[in-house]
Amino acid sequence: MTDLIHLTADALAQKLASKEVSAVEATQAYLDRIGAVDGAINAFLHVNTDEALLVAAEVDKARTDGDTLHPLAGVPIAVKDLIVTKGQPTTAGSKILEGWQSPYDATVVRKLRAAKMPILGKTNLDEFAMGSSTEHSAYGPTRNPWDLDRIPGGSGGGSAAAVAAFEAPLALGTDTGGSIRQPGAVTGTVGVKPTYGGVSRYGAIAMASSLDQIGPVSRTVLDSALLHEVIGGHDPHDSTSLTDPVGALVEAARMGQVDGMRIGVIKELQGEGYQAGVLTRFHESLELLRSAGAEIVEVSCPNFRYALGAYYLIMPSEASSNLAKYDGVRFGLRVVPDGAPTIERVMGATRAAGFGHEVKRRIILGTYALSAGYYDAYYGSAQKVRTLIQRDFAAAFEQADVLISPTAPTTAFKLGEKLDDPLAMYLNDVATIPANMAGVPGLSLPGGLADEDGLPVGIQLLAPARQDARLYRVGAVLESMLEETWGGPLLAQAPAIPGIAGGK
Amino acid sequence: MAEINRDDVAHLARLAHIDMNDDELDRMAEELAVIVDAIKTVSEVAGDDVPATSHPIPLSNVFRDDVVGETLSNEEALLGAPDNADGRFKVPAILDGE
Repeated sequence: MTDLIHLTADALAQKLASKEVSAVEATQAYLDRIGAVDGAINAFLHVNTDEALLVAAEVDKARTDGDTLHPLAGVPIAVKDLIVTKGQPTTAGSKILEGWQSPYDATVVRKLRAAKMPILGKTNLDEFAMGSSTEHSAYGPTRNPWDLDRIPGGSGGGSAAAVAAFEAPLALGTDTGGSIRQPGAVTGTVGVKPTYGGVSRYGAIAMASSLDQIGPVSRTVLDSALLHEVIGGHDPHDSTSLTDPVGALVEAARMGQVDGMRIGVIKELQGEGYQAGVLTRFHESLELLRSAGAEIVEVSCPNFRYALGAYYLIMPSEASSNLAKYDGVRFGLRVVPDGAPTIERVMGATRAAGFGHEVKRRIILGTYALSAGYYDAYYGSAQKVRTLIQRDFAAAFEQADVLISPTAPTTAFKLGEKLDDPLAMYLNDVATIPANMAGVPGLSLPGGLADEDGLPVGIQLLAPARQDARLYRVGAVLESMLEETWGGPLLAQAPAIPGIAGGK
Repeated sequence: MAEINRDDVAHLARLAHIDMNDDELDRMAEELAVIVDAIKTVSEVAGDDVPATSHPIPLSNVFRDDVVGETLSNEEALLGAPDNADGRFKVPAILDGE
């Protein structure tokens, strides 16, 4: 059974199609794994045992009956608990939504159901996706499978850790400033932020609506492409959804060549602040791509240095507005103070009790940036910086087909290390934020282990808007070359999870 | 660029409907002062000639066909309500007073 959970989603799909393995067997193997390791990892906030097995049984019956099935039918998946699901709780990692159940499914969840992919459960995250370590979850932190004393990244630490610990072959994440890619980097997994609007956001609980994007989390580049094709495409329920077709992403991942492609190294996303072991692995990846026939060029994006500051104005501004709906009136927590309080006092008490400190800080910061007298200086200026970042990308993509950088400046840090220093925490996203500001797609894949600490390093690829296929093309080639040097997938080098019978 | 102080935070917390005790106000004011200081350079970067971007990939005139789509039933809409009566959300007093 342990062999089943180590298969890629693509390999599992093939074994399901050839009836070598049943969907119930595969789903049960993952549920068993969750039972064995999630006490240590805490990747799941809810495990959806009955429904997952029911869907798996339907797949097996349909297959026996000879029905036509989606290629991923029966391949289980975990869903970040920021994405609403009927029949399961959705908490957004917050006490304010404890016990709440959505009356509707997110569009991406509908698509998973249409493909008959059993949903294993809901994964942990920083409260309302605000954080880079999953330590801001109201339900306790998720732990990094590579070292349980370290963070799994955030906000989607639960989805990344679940996939890295073989608790799921695939997961969904959301990425506002790096919440899919940075957890991918620090857990040795793959994560993709699609082009803004390429995947419907309907049913993703909004943090910053002009930055948020749902995307795939997996163990291989091809697996992300397979999942991206399931969830992508136009959705009339999302007014920011692009009308473009999703594109031939799987085909791009299977293309297997980068000969003649121009790959731009972003000058501003390396050097000071980047861990030595991260840069060593990054330069090795550049050499591999060069040896595969790609042309490596250097590009400069001078305004990226303002991206973090502009992000920490735009994101809290939009979040403060989006989170106004948690007021104890229509859903979620209601706290009624003593006496005969007015609704205003109920709101104040409800939001004080229901939100954690990081969420409150961002709401206050956003309220400040949007205040009369400050709006132009803060929010208005940040939106102009956004234009400058887009221009930097446009100029860089004149010189290169794809851009490349480390995904995060460091490997996974220790739990608690940056909890009292918000600025240090925010710096984790310095390389991932520009993509969200400009709406361009980005992919993180494992680049090896840093020499100084033996922890995973992430390599980030960025492509022009609507050119997500290029990420899969380059990513898959780099992945296969790296795996050749490692003698197998990077996750095969992960240590056994302590306290687990039979190890990994 | 203005600094942010404890009184500002207390005012903002009221605007945002979040009750805060003295300790929280102290901590929040201290943290926000550091953050605001770090991000204030943003206002100095772009001149008047740079247009603002509110949306990364602008779309215009996004409409759907004018037909009734899926809607929640009254029961579904009230499913997560802390309190309800007669098919409506029920809230405490809106106005103060006996």
